[in-house]
Order: sequence, then C-alpha cells, then structure tokens
Amino acid sequence: MQDVVLAMLAKEPAHGYELRARVRDALGPLGESMNAGQIYVTLTRLTRAGLVVASHDDGLPDRPDRRVYDLTPAGRERVAAWITEVSWPKPDITEFHLKLVAAAAARLADPVDLVDAQRREVMRRIREAQRAALDRAVDPIAGLLLEGVVLRLRADLEWLEACERLWTGRKS
Amino acid sequence: MSALLARGLTKRYGWADSLVRAVDAVDLEVPAGQTLAIMGPSGCGKSTLLHLLGGLQRPTEGELWVAGRRIDTMSERGLAKLRRHHIGLIFQSFHLMDELTAVENVEMAALLAGAAPRHARRRALDLLDEVGLADRATHLPSELSGGQRQRVAIARALTNEPQVVLADEPTGNLDSAATLEVLRLFETLRAAGQTLVVVTHDARIAAIADRVISMRDGAFADDSVFLSAAR
Repeated sequence: MQDVVLAMLAKEPAHGYELRARVRDALGPLGESMNAGQIYVTLTRLTRAGLVVASHDDGLPDRPDRRVYDLTPAGRERVAAWITEVSWPKPDITEFHLKLVAAAAARLADPVDLVDAQRREVMRRIREAQRAALDRAVDPIAGLLLEGVVLRLRADLEWLEACERLWTGRKS
Repeated sequence: MSALLARGLTKRYGWADSLVRAVDAVDLEVPAGQTLAIMGPSGCGKSTLLHLLGGLQRPTEGELWVAGRRIDTMSERGLAKLRRHHIGLIFQSFHLMDELTAVENVEMAALLAGAAPRHARRRALDLLDEVGLADRATHLPSELSGGQRQRVAIARALTNEPQVVLADEPTGNLDSAATLEVLRLFETLRAAGQTLVVVTHDARIAAIADRVISMRDGAFADDSVFLSAAR
C-alpha cells in the first residue's frame, strides 16, 4: 500500500481523497471496499518516514483532508526503485496440497471431497469476478484487473482437476 | 414444470472391450427458467449429453422429457419438429451457412418452422438488433468476427422462441472480449427467464449460471447451486 500511495503521488501533489479516488478508479469494482482511513494512515507513516511532505493552506485549521501531499526526493527515489522492481506474488497452494496429503494419510477425509468443496469455492469466486466484469460500466483498465483475477482462478481450477484425477486413482 | 427431465439417461458406444459409456445413467431435472452449466474435461460425455437433450442423438437407455414431451421414444419426424419449434442450439463453431447473410441465417430457422417470409424477416432483424448486430444484417459470416458470428448464431437459436436453449462450448473459439459479449447476452437471456443449458470447460460461464454440474466419465460428480440473489 505504501508504494502504491507513493507512486500515485508521482504525477503531481494531491489531497488524500484524490489519491484514494485514483486507486479506487484503477481497481474498479474491486476497489469499492477500500476505506478512506487507510490512505490517511499510510500518508501519516510516509510523512514520518520522510518520503512525503504535507502542506496546508494558511489561515485554515490543519486537518488531514485539507493537506496537500507531495513526494520528497527520498520518496521519488523509492518510487523509481519500486517501479522497476521485479516482484510477483506466489499463489500459495502448498497448504491445500498438504491438507490433501494429511487427510489421505490419516483418513481424516476423502481428498476428492475436499477437492470438490474447494472447487465450489473457486467457482464461486470466478462467478463473482466474472459477473463484475460483465458490467458495461467497468472501464477497460479496471476490467483488465478482473480478467487477471479470473485467469488465475481458472488456473487454480485446472490444478484442482489434476488433484482430483490423482486422488480418485489412489482411493481404490 | 421442468423444461428438461432425464431419468437413467444412458448412451453407450461400441461393444464388449471397446464399450464406452459416454453418458452413464444420468438423472437430471432442469426447472423452466434455470441457467445450468455442465462442466468437465473433454471426453467426459458432456457434449453427448447435450446432443441427447437436444434430440440430436438417441439414448441407449433411459427416459427423457423436453418441454413436457417424452422424446426418447419419439419418431424422427416428431424429433425434427421438436427441434425446429422448441429447442435452440448454439455450437462452438457457429454452424452458420456461409453463403447466406446474417439476417438470412437467422430467418431461415423461422422459415423452416413455417413462418411467413415477411414475419420471419422482421423477427430476424429484431433479434439481430437485440444481439447488437443491426448494422451487420446483410454481412456474410466471412465478413464477421468470431464473436459476431456467435451472436448471429444465438439470434438464430432464439428465432422460434424455444423453450430450451442448448449451447455446446459457445465460447470455445472466442477471444476474451468476444467471450464477454456472449456472456452478457446469456445474462440477458437468464434475466428474461430463458431456460439455458451450456456445456463447457470454460469456468467463466459460472458468471451467468444458477447451477454448475461437474461431469466425469459420463456421470455427474458434483452439483453446486448458487444463490439466485444475483438475478
């Protein structure tokens, strides 16, 4: 979140609510649950870390929503580093894999039943994200994010099918 | 009333060692207005099941009612009539006639069902408008994109106001933008109360499904019913 807020400031100085709107617009339907306080908490931390400076109009009482935030030189450096950094979230399927192994070994549950239940949950999420993508009001950039979410879930679904094939064979 | 009802529906191919149970004693009830997706890997029997439901193939065993009519014992003539009037079919490869324009492809279904030419043309143009292709009515299929061709095929499937629409991998040949368009159309059908059965391996279909059945080796392995709160 810190890096995102910093990067959103790179274009020009902005109020907290403007930053929030920029992030929310880019996320589309997935950004609706973002709360306002989160941005201000992040901005306060970034200010304390010397990556952001806040200024406010003279004569008016100082309140977070009246402050205009800007990057410091250190903030700019951090944005430049973040933009070119190659990090990628690892999907964590290890736990589910171990759950199947443990369930089969100790006969806690039929692994195929666990796979079925998991598939229903993944299908529910695909349904939710794809329904959001069907809305014509979603702009193409936010739609791209939804497409990525659905693609990853479809990969999970394919892996669950492989799990089902293997564990169905082991049962008998 | 159920739009579709199957009891012990079975389709076998071959004999002895080469016997294949493509559809193996399937029980299925689809209430009118339900949107059902049947998912599974290729070879699981989902296409054969759809062909049985659409009267395109005959079951080896079992009973099958479509739109209140028992069809497993129906004559070929009766089946052909049923398909023309009560079933709309949508395929992966569109199955449009290459030498006919979009509107001619759509109206053909009405003409075959005995509609007057003028009425058939009007209905076809209305449907092309509904699927967002009013300005493509006089184009040949070769002049349309894959997504547009599938939308023409959907318009054709709806021509005779079928009680059941059956679709076999309708997004199988489409890119993601065209898939989105087809899903949006299906959502419109769903909201209008059209009974729709889609067999596919594309999980995006869940977006428009009231219910998803997973099929393996000719039988149903899992059945999830979503809350219809989204309707």
